[in-house]
Amino acid sequence: MRPFGQTELFFIIAALRWTVALSVGALVIGGIAGMLVAVARVQPGRLLRWVTIGFIELFQDTPLLLQLFVAFFGLGIIGINVDAWTAAMIALSLHTAAFLGEIWRGSLEAIPGTQWEAARALSLSWMQTLRLVIMPQAVRISVAPTVGFLVQLIKGTSVTALIGYLEVTRAGQLVSNVTLQPFAVYSVVAGLYVLLCWPLSFASQRLEARLAVSTRRTDPRAA
Amino acid sequence: MSHFAHAAPSERVRESTHGRTPPTVRGSIRVGWAAYRRVISYTFQFGAVFAAFDTLLLGAWLTVRLTAMSVLVGLAIAVVCAYARMNGPRWAGFVVRCYVELIRNTPLLVQLFFVFFALPLVGVRFTPDEAALLTMATNLGAYASEILRAGVEAVPRSQIEAGEALGLRPVQIFRFIIFRPALQTVFPALASQFVLLLLGSAVVSAVSAEELTSAANVLQSRTFRAFEVYAVVLVMYLVMATLFRLAFRIAYQALFERGRSAR
Repeated sequence: MRPFGQTELFFIIAALRWTVALSVGALVIGGIAGMLVAVARVQPGRLLRWVTIGFIELFQDTPLLLQLFVAFFGLGIIGINVDAWTAAMIALSLHTAAFLGEIWRGSLEAIPGTQWEAARALSLSWMQTLRLVIMPQAVRISVAPTVGFLVQLIKGTSVTALIGYLEVTRAGQLVSNVTLQPFAVYSVVAGLYVLLCWPLSFASQRLEARLAVSTRRTDPRAA
Repeated sequence: MSHFAHAAPSERVRESTHGRTPPTVRGSIRVGWAAYRRVISYTFQFGAVFAAFDTLLLGAWLTVRLTAMSVLVGLAIAVVCAYARMNGPRWAGFVVRCYVELIRNTPLLVQLFFVFFALPLVGVRFTPDEAALLTMATNLGAYASEILRAGVEAVPRSQIEAGEALGLRPVQIFRFIIFRPALQTVFPALASQFVLLLLGSAVVSAVSAEELTSAANVLQSRTFRAFEVYAVVLVMYLVMATLFRLAFRIAYQALFERGRSAR
């Protein structure tokens, strides 16, 4: 048994970088894929739209943990030598792509149809309309929920501890096992997550309140 | 027959590339082809999974029961919290805010570990199932109280003033004027939060609480068919989530829409 001292504390704090790396990696890869998903979801072709609906449903209606397990054990079948990092990265990226795709689809569809008609009257192509007219407006709407999802993603990385990936939660588990001081250890772990997530939650709420002013049509409180 | 089926696509690749494609493309085709060969040469054995399907069904039932109980307890917590933030003293509002922020900014898994491993140190000991229920209920309570609060705030101010003018006490205003329309406004958001909880409940398998993912873990270690087991369980969660959504849509209609059309 070891005391819960500076070395152990530093071990947990150092593992924070893997939580951050996983979140940022999944955000970048999942963000790019999510953009494609969102565009595929609003484009007129029916087949591609159904495929993306299926993709979104599959990842939004199943537990992240099971997605992780399937990636972890499924890749072994293909013969790729999977470590926990690869499996976690793949599962989290796909998870992120589905959620961000759905958020961004909502933002794109929130732009009134008259904007599409006006752009068409100016003889802009479909792609030009999306890129120059719809997206710049949709970004405003999507910022707050996107930041909100980032919090969900950071918390989601904790699940990778269950396939043995060493991030903050796993580090906490290990330290708790050798020091037998779970109370202190998990308080520190929870504190680190709060440190990481709370500013983002706060920013999301502020952004929502600020950006809502310009898009709100009627005051919900006015009877 | 199957030999030709294997050979055909590679022939086509060789024809179409014609030696002019950059080596990277050809390389990636080769890697993809090798992966494809591995998948088709792997014998999927779902038989072992379906032979023990009754244990998975029992696990699914336990997951549904655990989620339903957490929803009931969590909703009770949420209503109390929403009321405290609206009408309670300032310190109560502060306590609720801290609770909500703490829960919403930490992972469910860490909360579970805290309840199961840390709380026994201060003398409260739980079985895995109790720890799972407690964690999930507290978790849902925080999210649901935020959702309910949004609904409460969306109730028009004039309605509350009308209630005050009729001499209703704050509790009565909450009960008769605010609660029902607020619940109706936020019901879809609450329903998706319940589904998220159902999906999140998979992590309580980490302390071996009895539910679907734990059943899958047991079956996996017994059959060594990890991929097959988890793929089947993944689909089971998909079905459960879909059924939950359907149930909530029916509940919404039964609670709010029927009454309205009768009036």
